[in-house]
Amino acid sequence: MTDLARRPARARVAAAFAVVFLIGVSAIMLLPLVWMVATSFKPEADIVVFPPRLLPHDLTFEHYRDVWERIPFARLYLNTLVFAGGVTVLSLLFDSMTAYALARLKFRGQGVALVIVLVMLMLPFQVTLVPLYDLLSGIGWTNTMQGMIVPRATNAFGIFFLRQFFLSLPGDLEEAARIDGASEWRIYRQIIMPLATPALLTLGLFHFMYNWNDLLWPLIVNQDSSHYTLPAGLALFMGEHVVEYGLLMAASVLSLLPVVAFFLLIQRRFVQSVATSGIK
Amino acid sequence: MLPSIVILGVFVVYPMTQALYLSFTDYDVLNPARFVGLDNYSRLVGDGDFRNALLNTLYYAVVTTPVSVALALLFAVLLNMKLPLRGFARTAIFMPVVLGLAVVAIAWSFLLDPDIGLISYWLGEIGIGTGQGWLRDPDLAMPAVMLVGVWKNVGFYMVIYLAGLQSIPRDLYEAARIDGASAWQQFRKVTWPLLANQTMLVTILAAIATLQAFDQIFVMTGGGPFFQTETLVMLIYRSGFEHFEFGYAAAISWVLVLLILVLSLLQLLYFRRRAVRY
Repeated sequence: MTDLARRPARARVAAAFAVVFLIGVSAIMLLPLVWMVATSFKPEADIVVFPPRLLPHDLTFEHYRDVWERIPFARLYLNTLVFAGGVTVLSLLFDSMTAYALARLKFRGQGVALVIVLVMLMLPFQVTLVPLYDLLSGIGWTNTMQGMIVPRATNAFGIFFLRQFFLSLPGDLEEAARIDGASEWRIYRQIIMPLATPALLTLGLFHFMYNWNDLLWPLIVNQDSSHYTLPAGLALFMGEHVVEYGLLMAASVLSLLPVVAFFLLIQRRFVQSVATSGIK
Repeated sequence: MLPSIVILGVFVVYPMTQALYLSFTDYDVLNPARFVGLDNYSRLVGDGDFRNALLNTLYYAVVTTPVSVALALLFAVLLNMKLPLRGFARTAIFMPVVLGLAVVAIAWSFLLDPDIGLISYWLGEIGIGTGQGWLRDPDLAMPAVMLVGVWKNVGFYMVIYLAGLQSIPRDLYEAARIDGASAWQQFRKVTWPLLANQTMLVTILAAIATLQAFDQIFVMTGGGPFFQTETLVMLIYRSGFEHFEFGYAAAISWVLVLLILVLSLLQLLYFRRRAVRY
C-alpha cells in the first residue's frame, strides 16, 4: 500500500483499475465454487426459484445428511480414497526406484531406458485405452480395484521428474556411503529418499490430485458402478437424477474438499513447482 | 526398478504396440481380430463422424489455446505488480487447477441452465438472452465448454508466466523508465521478448491439453447437441466403449497421437534450443 501512495496520480488510477479488474476476475474464477457451496446449504425449494439467487435464504444441512443415504456416497468416497491413495503410494515407490537407477547407477541399456521413458512421456494415454481395456478384461481385472490401480502404479512423468531431481543432488554423500560399504538399496533408502522428501511431496500431490479427479479411466475400467470413483459416480448421478441439485452439490463439495484442503496446506510449494516446470 | 519395468512394459508399452496392431484389424471383442490392412484408416477419410470430431477438436484447440495464453499473460503481468489483494487473486485464479473438472462441470451446467442458471439469468438481465440455453444451442455449446476449459487451466499457465516475470532483472525496467518508455513500451520491448521462452512452453502445453479435451464435454453436453462438441477423445470413447469397434477406435487414437507427437517434438526442440543457450 505504501508503495502505491508514492506513485503519481495517473499510475494510482491505473493501479486502482487493475485491482478492480483482478477482483472481478477472482469473482468469476471462484463463482462455481461459491455457488456449489451456497447451493449445498439451500433447501430444495430455494434452489429452483426464479430469479435465481446466489446466496441462500435459509440454511439447511439436510443435503449433507441425505447424501450418504440417497447415493452410495460412502462407497464412492472409499473407492476414490483407495484408488487415488493406492496409486500415489505405489507410484512414488516405483517411480523413485526407477529414477534412482536412471540417475545414479550405470548399467547397460540405460540410455535406451531413458529414451523409452521420454517417448512414453509424450504419448497421450488415450491411445492405450482400448488395448488396455482388452488386456484387463483378458485377465479378469475389469470392475476391480487392482485393475484401476496397477496400470497406474508407475508413471513416466514421475520417473522423469524424480530423475531430474536426483541428478541435482550432490554425489558426495553416496560416494562416502559406498566407500563405507553400504549397499545400493541402503543408499537409496537412507540417503536419497530423505533428501528427496520435498520432491516426493510435490509429486505425491500431483499423483493424488490427478487420480482423485480423473474421470475417463474409472469409466473405462468399470462396466458397472460398484468401483466408480467420485467424478464418475457423480457424473452418472447427474445423468439419472437431474433435479436434485442440493444433494448433488453437497456431494460435489464433499468430493472436492480433500484436494482443496491439501492444496491450501502446501500451496506455496505446489505453485512453486508448477512455476519451475517452465524454467527447468 | 524391476517393478516399474514390468508395469510400464505390461500396461504401457504392450498396449501401445497392441493399439498399433489393432488399428489394422476389425476387432470388436466378440469376434477374433482379423487383419484388414489400412481399411480403418481409409474409412476415417470418408467418415463424417470422424471429420466432425477432428474439426471440433481443432476448433476447440485453436480458440482455447491463444485465449488461455493471452489471459494467463495478462493476469501474470497484473499480479506481478505490487497491488493490494494480489495474494488472494493469485489463489483464486489458480484454484480451478486443483478442482476436479468433471465435478465442477456439473456446477457449470447448472450455472448455464436456461431456467435456473445464475449466469444465464445475469446475462439475460443485461440483454444477452440465450433462448434454449447455452448447452442446448448448437452454436453456443462449444463456446460454453471452451469457457470452462479456459477457466480450468488459465491459472496453471499464469503461474509459469509469473515465474518468468520474476526472473526478469529489475534494472531493465529502471533503464527503460529513465529513457522515457511508457508502460506499454516497457511491456512491448522488455517484458514480451524476455518471456518468449515461457510463451512457447505455455503455448505447447496448452495446445497438447486442448487436443485431449474430454471431462467437461462428457459431463456438460455428452458431445451434443447434434455432435457439435464431440472431440476426438469423445469419439474414441464412443466408438470403442459404446459401439465396441476396438479396431476403429484404435485407428482414431493414432491420429490423436500423431497430432500430439508433432507438438511434443516442438517442445523437445524448444528444450534443446534452450539447453544450447545456457
